[in-house]
Amino acid sequence: MRLLATLLLCLCIPLAWAAEANAPKLDTGKGGECVKDTQWMRKNHMHMLKHQRNETVRKGVRVEAEALKACVECHASTQDDSVTARADSFCVGCHRYAAVKIDCFECHASKRKEALANKDVK
Amino acid sequence: MSDINTQRRQFLKTSAGAAAIAIAPGMMLYQTAHGDTAAASSSVRWGMLIDTAQCKEGCNDCVNACNKENGLSGKTGVTDSQWIRKIEIKAVGSGHAVSLPMMCQHCEHPPCVDVCPTQASFKRADGIVLVDRHLCIGCRYCMMACPYKARSFVHETLEDQNPDVPRGKGTVEACSLCVHRIDKGQIPACAEACQNKAILFGDLNDANSEIYKKVRSVASVQIRADLRLNPGVRYQGL
Amino acid sequence: MADLSALRSMNRLYYVLLALGGLVVLGGAYAVHMMEHHGHIISGMNNQIVWGMPHVFAIFLIVAASGVLNVASIGSVFGKAIYKARAPLASLLSIAMLSGGLAVLMLDLGRPDRIIVAATNYNLTSVFAWNVVLYSGMFSLVIVYLWTMMERRMNPFNKAAGLAVFVWRFVLTTGTGLIFAFLTARQAYGSALLPPMFIVLSFAWGLAVFHVVQAAIYAWNEKALDPAILQRKKNLLGVFVVGSLYMVATYHFTNMYFAHQQSFELFILRDGGIYPNLFWWGYVVLGNLVPLLLIYMPGLGKSKCVMAAALLVVLGAFALLYVFIIGGQAFPLDIFPGYEVSSSFADGQIAGYKPSIYEFLLGFGGLAIAFLITTVSVRVLNFMPQDKPYISD
Repeated sequence: MRLLATLLLCLCIPLAWAAEANAPKLDTGKGGECVKDTQWMRKNHMHMLKHQRNETVRKGVRVEAEALKACVECHASTQDDSVTARADSFCVGCHRYAAVKIDCFECHASKRKEALANKDVK
Repeated sequence: MSDINTQRRQFLKTSAGAAAIAIAPGMMLYQTAHGDTAAASSSVRWGMLIDTAQCKEGCNDCVNACNKENGLSGKTGVTDSQWIRKIEIKAVGSGHAVSLPMMCQHCEHPPCVDVCPTQASFKRADGIVLVDRHLCIGCRYCMMACPYKARSFVHETLEDQNPDVPRGKGTVEACSLCVHRIDKGQIPACAEACQNKAILFGDLNDANSEIYKKVRSVASVQIRADLRLNPGVRYQGL
Repeated sequence: MADLSALRSMNRLYYVLLALGGLVVLGGAYAVHMMEHHGHIISGMNNQIVWGMPHVFAIFLIVAASGVLNVASIGSVFGKAIYKARAPLASLLSIAMLSGGLAVLMLDLGRPDRIIVAATNYNLTSVFAWNVVLYSGMFSLVIVYLWTMMERRMNPFNKAAGLAVFVWRFVLTTGTGLIFAFLTARQAYGSALLPPMFIVLSFAWGLAVFHVVQAAIYAWNEKALDPAILQRKKNLLGVFVVGSLYMVATYHFTNMYFAHQQSFELFILRDGGIYPNLFWWGYVVLGNLVPLLLIYMPGLGKSKCVMAAALLVVLGAFALLYVFIIGGQAFPLDIFPGYEVSSSFADGQIAGYKPSIYEFLLGFGGLAIAFLITTVSVRVLNFMPQDKPYISD
């Protein structure tokens, strides 16, 4: 049993290493660190967003920095104001790489608020 | 046999421990998330008093304001969403005609919440009836149950939604009483837009609020009061 | 040698049937894909008629799935031998139609990808949520029931399983009726008569479907149904048809008695264009009167007549459901009793509805699923009714 576990772990190491090497280059927009550090966010952003969404929608607790809206504000590309428009856009780039479907932007805006406001004017 | 079992248990324990460690930081966040912002309070009951005498036939200011605020197209085809609409009514006997806005009545006992299979339709502590679009499966049973036809189904893909008002294909939506504005301390867009001040918005439970006093001093009715749903929206002059 | 070539052609026919069924299922899958991609805009449904053609198919399949078990119950619970011999086939049909109906219902959802949400977020006050339990429970119970019939060692539990299925199917059809009965604000629904009405309808529809399938299987195996058994089954179908007509008539009569419902009844029964036509011609004449004639008219009532009667009952079922579901929504909701109303959202107007091809594809896809499950199962397992020499009981 232990042998098997060890074997599996050993197999994972080169894979993990290879993964790091191929990691996608993302357009992180303005970026910055407003909630937690990058590693933590990479690992836990989905839990944070899901927790936040339930608190906000159902209870009315609104923590601005943790809202998806705030993520988009900082991480939307400085070129096209979007987190989903291109293959290397902040959300799409990584999710494609990890092969995880994002369901957020069927309803949520994937662009900065000001970009959408400007579009209305035009 | 028993040796293998012990080993397996050991392995399971270790993995359970590892999983707990992995989740722990997320749980920490649960605690830190609270603090500065308040949740909707059950001591509040948001409501509206609509003075039909002040509502002008042909005026669509409230509807337009709602469409703009919530990012609706403003089209009125059979598959387009309408969160608020103007209804012209005329009494069959007397011919007494009235124009009024109709939207989600934010019932105390909302049928849409009762029938929703997934708890996507829900009533917030402060009386606002909402659809949690994360849980909505698009069965439309709430639309069948609503006595006011307040709800619309999103029939096609939407793009460039208002960041404050997420909405999307395959789910049901309705007037949210502009919950995103209320949480910022503002009043709903329709109430703000009405030039004749026909829509009075406020806390029906707050003895100092204008709506509290007015509901007690002038005659007003709830629509389909016979159903005893106790809507939070009341109409004056019907 | 002649036998062998006959067998070969039967074999070929079987695969042709499978291919045809599969093709229709594929059509349904295409409709689902299109509806997923474009949204419900490509269906005929809209914000006034929120449930359309897929629901007519789904509710027919689900109601008939519960009704067909009646055949099994008469055997297992009331101990009638000729029905007991048909219990396995009835159970199979029930599972097949339930699968087809539920598939249509689920795939018509706005977000069918979230079906897991429906299974994990449960609202105790919702009839829909109760039905999720009722449907899955029925599924498992009927499978257990089939097991007790087809596995000799499980035979002792057959009676208990049969009773459980009997009770469950009544609760299930009640649940289906309650989906509408609880809609108090709508004139067409919100009646306590609906659950019993659906139960009696399920008897007729279930038996009709059963008869059609049974006749097909007998023809396939080149056997003839004992005329005495046919006589009993057609009489039972006749009684069920009369019973369901009575329930539907009572439902409309009670509605007409209430002044505030009269305009709705006039709409459905006289003025509503397609709806009264479908109701009188489709349901009453084709779905009830003609089948009754075919069954009871002296000189008729032969095997072919009963088959035609059963098919017409099924046709009538679709007509009735169309009138009930779509007609019920087309009539304007009475938000301001005593007022004439108009608005941009069809208040006070009869709502329009034109079913689209995708809705039909989806509905027929559901029927095809039921067809495929039945055809394959009948082929690989022994569902042929095994009658002992007929003894009257």
